Amino acid sequence: MRIRLNGEEIDTTAKDLAALIEDRGFDVSGVATALNGEFVPRALRAETRLAEGDAVEVLRPMQGG
Amino acid sequence: MVDFYGRTFESRLLLGTARYPSPEALGQAVARSGAQIVTVSLRRESAAGAKAGQAFWELVKALGVTILPNTAGCHSAREAVTTARMAREVFGTPWIKLEVIGDDVTLQPDPFALVDATRALVAEGFEVFPYMTEDLVLAEKLVEAGCRVLMPWGAPIGTGRGLNNPYALRLLRRHFPGITLVVDAGIGAPSHAAAAMEMGYDALLLNTAVATAGNPPAMAEAFAEAIRAGRRAHEAGLMEPTDLATASTPTFGAPFSPFAG
Repeated sequence: MRIRLNGEEIDTTAKDLAALIEDRGFDVSGVATALNGEFVPRALRAETRLAEGDAVEVLRPMQGG
Repeated sequence: MVDFYGRTFESRLLLGTARYPSPEALGQAVARSGAQIVTVSLRRESAAGAKAGQAFWELVKALGVTILPNTAGCHSAREAVTTARMAREVFGTPWIKLEVIGDDVTLQPDPFALVDATRALVAEGFEVFPYMTEDLVLAEKLVEAGCRVLMPWGAPIGTGRGLNNPYALRLLRRHFPGITLVVDAGIGAPSHAAAAMEMGYDALLLNTAVATAGNPPAMAEAFAEAIRAGRRAHEAGLMEPTDLATASTPTFGAPFSPFAG
């Protein structure tokens, strides 16, 4: 299935958001996630199914002003 | 002491964490400024940047300061609200520096989206620090929406131009005596910071002026001193400027004068 992850088209076999985070090797508790522009809390990632064409954002702390 | 949503702080300098020449310079700048609050952002995770990002976050955590996450780079209320929710989960704080950009050249905040996003976030229990223009009516709307802190710009982000509209900034101070007012953005020199504090502003939020200085930790300290001096001057009560000279040396007993006693 093709999705957009942080603006980049990727192929994934992950069925849900939790599996995607795991597959990509992201820090599970250090990142925040959004699906199609809506925040998905950590506790709901496993039950958040992914579909073709979904846009996923995975964000982490960075420098800011 | 300055109050942000019921939490009080000794330091009136809030420091951004971006654009420093090195992580060490950031750490030393925070230490020498005495800042107790720093701003951070959320950005896309990437495999390549993960290690550096993790190192940054470990460094900031080790500083032991209070975190104020921002929504920098958002261009709509919806994006800003989503980013704020994500920040609350990652940083574990209801605080959010709400930034919704309306113009890409000046990075001027969008006042309409700012009010919309503020209403939505306050309803969800957020404590909003709105990055705003110095507009009085906008300020009224934000306070009505639940803001107890307002952060008008001095000048556009990163310009170092100082206080572009001192008249409007004074007006805000006079109009909102009970609201914590912070000048955020556009400050270039400690003298700008002192001027804002002399007006009675509660605090300053700085980043570029410190981070891009020749010696960021020394500049951080210079700003801290200017902010203390400006605050002390405000508390001491500044004289009113006048047009005509008034002799400071007593005229009574002046020599060679037929008019003196």
